Amino acid sequence: MNSKFSSPSGKFSIVIGKPLALIGDDIDTDRIIPARFLKSVSFDHLGQAVFADDRKNLNGNHPFDLEKNQGASILVVNSNFGCGSSREHAPQALLRWGIRAIIGESFAEIFYGNCIAIGIPCFTLSKELIKNIQNETNQDNCLFEIDIKESTLKYGSVKLNLEIKNSSKQMFLSGEWDATSTLLANINYIEKKFDELPYTKFNKSLN
Amino acid sequence: MSRNTLFDKVWELHKVSSLPGGADQIFIGLHLIHEVTSPQAFGALKDKNLKVKFPQRTIATVDHIVPTDNQTRPFKDNLAEQMINTLEKNCVENKIKFFNIGSGNQGIVHVVAPELGLTQPGMTIACGDSHTSTHGAFGSIAFGIGTSQVRDVLASQTIAMNKLKVRQIWCENKLSNGVFAKDLVLYIIQKLGVKAGVGYAYEFAGPAISALSMEERMTICNMSIEGGARCGYINPDEKTFYYIKDKPFSPKNEDWDKAIKWWKSLKSDKNAIYDDVVKIDASNVEPTVTWGITPAQSVGITQKIPSKLEIDPNDRFIAEEAYDYMNFKPGQLIKNTPVDVCFIGSCTNGRISDLRVAAKVVKHSKVAKNVKAFVVPGSEKVAQEAKKEGLDKIFQDAGFQWREPGCSMCLAMNSDKLIGNQISASSSNRNFKGRQGSPNGRTLLMSPAMVAAAAISGKVTDVRDFIKQ
Repeated sequence: MNSKFSSPSGKFSIVIGKPLALIGDDIDTDRIIPARFLKSVSFDHLGQAVFADDRKNLNGNHPFDLEKNQGASILVVNSNFGCGSSREHAPQALLRWGIRAIIGESFAEIFYGNCIAIGIPCFTLSKELIKNIQNETNQDNCLFEIDIKESTLKYGSVKLNLEIKNSSKQMFLSGEWDATSTLLANINYIEKKFDELPYTKFNKSLN
Repeated sequence: MSRNTLFDKVWELHKVSSLPGGADQIFIGLHLIHEVTSPQAFGALKDKNLKVKFPQRTIATVDHIVPTDNQTRPFKDNLAEQMINTLEKNCVENKIKFFNIGSGNQGIVHVVAPELGLTQPGMTIACGDSHTSTHGAFGSIAFGIGTSQVRDVLASQTIAMNKLKVRQIWCENKLSNGVFAKDLVLYIIQKLGVKAGVGYAYEFAGPAISALSMEERMTICNMSIEGGARCGYINPDEKTFYYIKDKPFSPKNEDWDKAIKWWKSLKSDKNAIYDDVVKIDASNVEPTVTWGITPAQSVGITQKIPSKLEIDPNDRFIAEEAYDYMNFKPGQLIKNTPVDVCFIGSCTNGRISDLRVAAKVVKHSKVAKNVKAFVVPGSEKVAQEAKKEGLDKIFQDAGFQWREPGCSMCLAMNSDKLIGNQISASSSNRNFKGRQGSPNGRTLLMSPAMVAAAAISGKVTDVRDFIKQ
């Protein structure tokens, strides 16, 4: 898995891929990647460990193990996906397994931010439509096409409007979702802010 | 849109710029790092050929992977040793202050920063850990971030973030005897749910909150994230100032006077506008215990586990998953559930006041047969104080193991783990499937006093019966 892996980069506005439905509310990041896999100084080994415990418990019947889902890249989830721990290892594990976009009813906030930061666009849809498209993923040869610019999902003759935060959308369209350079462009303002803050003068030992 | 709340004031003060697309660039006043979520960030910095911009505003400690039985280096666990080693190297290379094991200041990052006076009102605080919300107890705006954002803070001392809405959670009346901050926050999450806080900062206020000690306030803010809110805070008051005064990193002399004056100006105004207000009656809260696999799935100790019909239709799916995983029946009492392991510790409830209240419950009693009970102090300072007060002795005499500081079985990254489908009574913050190290392990969250009572009884019990005696 590692040898084939390459991180998303630059601007992109279209994601095309096979969808994979993962049913369940409040799926937390401990389930996405159990804590023992965080014992490493890199993210490289995480792809195979995604949902390790859930998959073990389901003995080959977990959606990430089913033959028909191999090679899928668009994950369709339910409500409050990615709640709990802030571990970026969770989206890193999904990315390394092959996930390139997620559509869900709702996402936990830190998880959402982590996804955007590493190049996985996340979209929301109503509960009913999520159910519909989760059913759709059972069809053979189903292919989803997400247009980030238009915020649409197309499959067969169906076209749905997806929701995405404007700030996230702009990042992908401009290719500036890797935020560091955007933030550093304002270095003069950052230094000025540091000088202006009352408390940066309160404790000399921290300055 | 909220106006004139502490959140609005602190946000505006730290805003560096408006970014294209609507996010703000926010200056981070204090950045806390630990061994799990920082190595890849330092790696990314190196890849980009960037330096840490304000190394003096980042503080490191080691907590998640440290063994709590034998902390001799090198650790028995090679991977854990590699992680602490990497952090040590990164801190030296980048001139970052590191509170290592044995320094007297090591501990869980959210216990350490407040007890050293690093956490102060009006600051923005970020850390690659979701329980960073803890620091909001001091009237700071504190939130968890992922590793990419850790990289951004190291490189620029700023992050890109959409401004949050503000929900005030007004807690009326007072907690009754034997009911603690942990019970109140579990009750709030049970009422509002695990995702109500998404997109919000929670302002906890009202007489029940004012009556809490600073350590109890940290317990409340710590669990904001379990209600979906990345950030929770409490307006600073005299208790806040008293707690901070004379700590190693608190402002001194004339700076102290300036600080107090500034801190007082930060409180939410009387006519502040909130995006939402929720009222909670604290006098209704009982000792509370989770029965499920999310922190919202809890009941009072005298109540029954809700039946499917009593549960909101939107929450039924996860409720069924919970009955099944926990092997509980709807309508069953949580009281008298036998427990295998009792864990007192974590960034939620591993502070000295938590240990004091638990020690009071276990004094002159013995841990029930077949129960493994252990105490993991939140920091070296907490451990030192507990020993000074003889609490370690009280716990050990009762049959508890007394351990070294760390995160331990809250997330089981060290060797402290549940085995098989064991049930733990735990003073930690998450009862997720597999959270405590066994893919089938089961967690019942409760206050440290309730964990202590469960350890003595061998089953979930009402701590109020112990306090009466």
